[in-house]
Amino acid sequence: MLRIENLHVEVDGNEIVKGLELEVGRGEIHAIMGPNGSGKSTLANVLMGHPRYDITEGSVTFEGEDVLELEPDERAKMGIFLAFQYPSEVPGVSVANFLRTAVNSVREEELSPMEMYKLLQEKMAVMRMDPKFAERYLNEGFSGGEKKRNEILQMLMLEPKLAILDETDSGLDIDALQVVARGVNEMRGPEFSAVLITHYQRILRYIEPDRVHVMLDGRLVTSGGKELAEALEERGYDWVRQEFGAGAQS
Amino acid sequence: MPEDKTIQQLGLDEYKFGFRDPEEYFFKTPRKGLDPEIVAMISKHKNEPEWMLEFRLNALEAFMERPTPTWGGDLSGLNFDDIYYYIRPMENQGRSWDDVPSDIKNTFDKLGIPQAEREILAGVGAQYESEVVYHSLKEEWENQGVVFLDMDGGLREHEDLVREYFGTIIPPDDNKFAALNSAVWSGGSFVYIPPGVHVDIPLQAYFRINAENMGQFERTLIIADEGAYVHYIEGCTAPTYTTNSLHSAVVELVAKPTARIRYSTIQNWSHNTYNLVTKRAVAYENATVEWVDGNLGSKLTMKYPAVYLMGEGARGEILSVAYAGDGQHQDAGGKVVHAAPNTSSRITSKSISKGTGRSTYRGLLKVHEGAEGSKSRVECDALLLDEKARTDTYPYIEIEEKKVTTEHEATVSKVGEDQLFYLMSRGLSEEEAMAMVVNGFIEPIAKELPLEYAIELNRLIQLEMEGSVG
Repeated sequence: MLRIENLHVEVDGNEIVKGLELEVGRGEIHAIMGPNGSGKSTLANVLMGHPRYDITEGSVTFEGEDVLELEPDERAKMGIFLAFQYPSEVPGVSVANFLRTAVNSVREEELSPMEMYKLLQEKMAVMRMDPKFAERYLNEGFSGGEKKRNEILQMLMLEPKLAILDETDSGLDIDALQVVARGVNEMRGPEFSAVLITHYQRILRYIEPDRVHVMLDGRLVTSGGKELAEALEERGYDWVRQEFGAGAQS
Repeated sequence: MPEDKTIQQLGLDEYKFGFRDPEEYFFKTPRKGLDPEIVAMISKHKNEPEWMLEFRLNALEAFMERPTPTWGGDLSGLNFDDIYYYIRPMENQGRSWDDVPSDIKNTFDKLGIPQAEREILAGVGAQYESEVVYHSLKEEWENQGVVFLDMDGGLREHEDLVREYFGTIIPPDDNKFAALNSAVWSGGSFVYIPPGVHVDIPLQAYFRINAENMGQFERTLIIADEGAYVHYIEGCTAPTYTTNSLHSAVVELVAKPTARIRYSTIQNWSHNTYNLVTKRAVAYENATVEWVDGNLGSKLTMKYPAVYLMGEGARGEILSVAYAGDGQHQDAGGKVVHAAPNTSSRITSKSISKGTGRSTYRGLLKVHEGAEGSKSRVECDALLLDEKARTDTYPYIEIEEKKVTTEHEATVSKVGEDQLFYLMSRGLSEEEAMAMVVNGFIEPIAKELPLEYAIELNRLIQLEMEGSVG
């Protein structure tokens, strides 16, 4: 479904992603783990189309289509979703209004107000969110946990084919983490793929990945099953660096 | 004689025997420019009482004496001699729908305006009334003793009441444009609400829209007697196309003790006009006046709705939204004068600039000595939509009393790249994302408008941003 080949990304003249390769099949959940500065967020933002990054080499295709030439909204309409690490505030725009616009932008057929209302109630219940939350202004004054839950709520409403979660687990307590995991697991199925970008193994206890990759210095240095995550937890990133180092991907 | 009768029957006597009197002659050969003769003709044509003619002529003198102000927007392009002050030439009135610019027509399409209304707004129709709605409301108002007439009708049928207040809140020599309006005013509304009466549905001049009313020099006077309530909505949101280059209205509001007046406008004059307006209210004990002011159109708007708090416990609020696109200058804000103790006021200004657009906040907060216990809050926020846009703020604060509380806050923000990316990542195009940010920015003011106006306001701003309105 998603294929990344030899991706090189620069920002302000510095190369951050250095020849990354990744393939995510339909219905698969992948985890990318890496220390700070490894380029994880850059990768996430580039997949969604953030204008600040320069792709100097490589390709990204989604369902066979070249994605790098497309604007972020076009990618969203294709079914790609990014749960932001630091979601932006949009004062004066309620969560409900925003979701209504987003859902109707991404779907082929618009939902009626009644259908929208039902969908929102349903998904907010999954996320254990108070209905009043929908009237608050988007991300304004939200705690870290509320922002992350709101990102997952959006994912549930937009029903993407590929969700990239950029450190959605960071800063969350156990309860919030479990709710977020529930949201992701709700979407699990043959038509849904996800890439969980994380620093810690913790979330992988609640969302079982099909494949785990480790990212160091701008590329994926090794991959494995969920045992890799456990090994990483025990031995740390230095171990990975020693074992697999700055070598090319196998 | 049979011959004469036949000619009369055919209605040809005028044609055959020429014009009957100088007044008729005048209206058949309209001319530009302004002088006492024109003012006298206007008054005569309307059959006004002597005192109004005198009022007009004195105002004309004041107008001639005062220089054009230079402290606000650029008025150097305004040529007073190049304007028709009352009757337009026949060719103009014969203008057809075909002559209306296509971008104006497009906007009518997008806003779903009925054809009859479009013609009025474009200055090519004669009269339009929303028959059914207007007449049934009219009956209800009459039962309550509410007076809602055009200004000419108000002067005719309620002369004493009009004379008591007309020109007292805004004296003709207040400023050059108030003087001009005082000399040549025509159209506008006269409203009187009896004591204790609450008018639930907003009064809208829109119901009586006609080409003459939507004139350059509207004059409105609203009096809310003790304990009364009224919400008046001026004009309408659709773009108003006119070849007139100057619009100079005057609005006077009187809120007697414990009365409340809310006056809402969304101004959307075409981009070739100067819109120079004087609006002022007087609020007595425990009375409230609220101005909700939207400025989207015109080449230059200079407008500072004012509330003079004259009685203890009076309250004034001014909510102002301005959008300045390429080539536009919105110079707007508000004025509040605290002249009694325990009065309160609030000014909230939201301005948006794009391209070479320039939006200026100009506000006055004045607190007289003796206005103890007064509270005031001023918040002016500006949003710049791109690199070229410009905004200025000129707050004037004159506090002559120590025991008062005042707050002032000013912010300038840009639409952030990250914000746009976030919204676009949810499927919104760049235009839709910008519109959403702007929508959120003006939300505190839009929510004070009746729903259909709030929706239209947002829609209009979106159209302006897309550049599809002329």
